[in-house]
Amino acid sequence: MKFVAVIRQVPDGESRLRIQEGRVDLSGATLILDQMDEYAVEEALRLKEKHGGEAIVVGFGPERAEEAIRTALAMGMDRGVHVVFEGFADPVAVAEALVPVLQEEAPTLVLTGGQQADWDSQALGAALAEGLGVPVVAWTTVIELEGDTARAKHDLDEGAEWVRVRLPALFTTQQGLNEPRYPTLPGIMKAKKKEVRKVQAEVRPKVVLLSEEIQEKARLGRILDGKDPVAAAEELVRLLHEEAKVI
Amino acid sequence: MVLVVLDHDGNKLRKGTLEALTRARRLAEGLGEKVAGVLLAEEGAPLEEARKYVDILYTATLGPYTAERWAAGVLAAAKEGAKAVVVPSSRQSRTYLGRVAYALKAGLLEDTLDSSLEGGEVHATRYAYLNRVTQRVKAPLPVVLTVKPNTTPLAEPLGTSAEVVPLSVPQVPTVEVLERVAEEKKGVSLTEANVVVTGGRGMGGPEAFKLVEELAALLGGAVGATRAVVDAGWRPYGEQVGQTGKTVQPALYIALGVSGAVQHLAGMNKSKYIVAVNKDPEAPIFKHADYGIVGDVHHVLPALIEAVKKLKD
Ligand SMILES: Cc1cc2nc3c(=O)[nH]c(=O)nc-3n(C[C@H](O)[C@H](O)[C@H](O)COP(=O)(O)OP(=O)(O)OC[C@H]3O[C@@H](n4cnc5c(N)ncnc54)[C@H](O)[C@@H]3O)c2cc1C
Repeated sequence: MKFVAVIRQVPDGESRLRIQEGRVDLSGATLILDQMDEYAVEEALRLKEKHGGEAIVVGFGPERAEEAIRTALAMGMDRGVHVVFEGFADPVAVAEALVPVLQEEAPTLVLTGGQQADWDSQALGAALAEGLGVPVVAWTTVIELEGDTARAKHDLDEGAEWVRVRLPALFTTQQGLNEPRYPTLPGIMKAKKKEVRKVQAEVRPKVVLLSEEIQEKARLGRILDGKDPVAAAEELVRLLHEEAKVI
Repeated sequence: MVLVVLDHDGNKLRKGTLEALTRARRLAEGLGEKVAGVLLAEEGAPLEEARKYVDILYTATLGPYTAERWAAGVLAAAKEGAKAVVVPSSRQSRTYLGRVAYALKAGLLEDTLDSSLEGGEVHATRYAYLNRVTQRVKAPLPVVLTVKPNTTPLAEPLGTSAEVVPLSVPQVPTVEVLERVAEEKKGVSLTEANVVVTGGRGMGGPEAFKLVEELAALLGGAVGATRAVVDAGWRPYGEQVGQTGKTVQPALYIALGVSGAVQHLAGMNKSKYIVAVNKDPEAPIFKHADYGIVGDVHHVLPALIEAVKKLKD
């Protein structure tokens, strides 16, 4: 069996973002393997440990994104494919670039994060599934393989649902599916020697980025001492009523 | 034509659908096109209501929702000549639209705050980077766009009754739905609420949420939860606010015993006013708060309820 995790490198949510000439400038940001994709990597590893086969990480992005692929290799993935592209590409265009690479690998299961932390998009998994002609189970919290099918639980807008799906299929992952392992030192050493095949991406962007701007709303920061909870609560309610006028 | 996916609950069009209709009408006007609707259903659907809002109505009964069936339904309607597909944003729609956009080779603009036609292209604004950045993007036609809730005025009925065109939707390989784990829905819907009261792990346990519910009800709002609370099984997943949960933008967001992790902030940092109650003065949530109380939520919350009751009297 072949388990593929599709990953991207994104800025750490805690890191400061700067804007340069109307674009987010990531040169000073800490870049990480998208945490939502970490669940995909972890699940590929667990499935391989349980059922045998190969676990492959496929990453999309500029040269620097190889670091995120190496992180996945240090967690234990067997080898990597890096689809290299510098610049902005929308999720549908990225899916188009990745589909031929995935078809060549012919995976049993493809896993990727439910939402990418830079685009705030949920489309990559579904677009990949369409390109591959396989079903998608989005926002998965349980995956169990049973022969040539998988039984999975996933979240809906309200509630959740159990489904069965014939493999190959694509799953998008999220918090709750598993607890991703940390790369160990021996893992990091081994990862340096693992193969990362480079593929130059054919990308036909569908969406053009015109401008980006940071709009962190300035907050009032009026923090009251709650030693006397009744007095603090009354003052807060007064402020919300008279000043903010929201109650 | 400009195609609108008419999301509904079986009986009524959802509020988000009326917003999507407004957006679609604006685009259609600019393009000199008609507005078509597609009404997909597991079984029943608000057919008569839907006919009042569009020029043509495509319909199909597809069985239980799966991303594949809905994508096939929307595609069947889109193939009748859609220049743009406009959809109310939900987790479900955002999943199947990835398929639709790929199949149509269309630009996908997700969770847009606004949209306009400029020189034959669709321009839109949306948030990115965990809701911290506002992006302006554009895409040539055909385009698929989802409409973020509470961004757009609601469409009025047209005063006509559209022709109904049943669609023939191809069977597609999909998942087999084994069991739905339904969640009881009560009170105001989270994404539409004007006030959201969220409890975090600092609430200490599920019992304490009775008071969270009480405060939310007093303020005419909805209850939210953090992932920590949902994972602990204290509250249902449908109440989760954040990157893996819902995005809310109420006038007032009250975070009780919530630390303020970035993934949680991603779901609520655009709220107009943010209030935090936390016993730790260093909790990150205070950096994002307009008002706050440093204190034990078990003492502060009952006092807050009393103070609100007093105000109302
Ligand atoms: C990929 C990914 C996606 C995620 N998506 C989401 C998401 O959608 N939504 C989400 O919420 N999280 C999400 N998380 C998890 C997030 O990182 C945090 O773990 C989570 O938000 C923490 O929840 P919390 O604030 O309730 O709990 P904690 O971090 O445990 O904080 C509890 C807070 O309560 C305070 N407290 C304790 N006792 C009291 C008391 N008696 N009175 C007052 N205050 C008290 C503490 O000081 C603390 O600040 C995600 C994480 C990842 C990696």
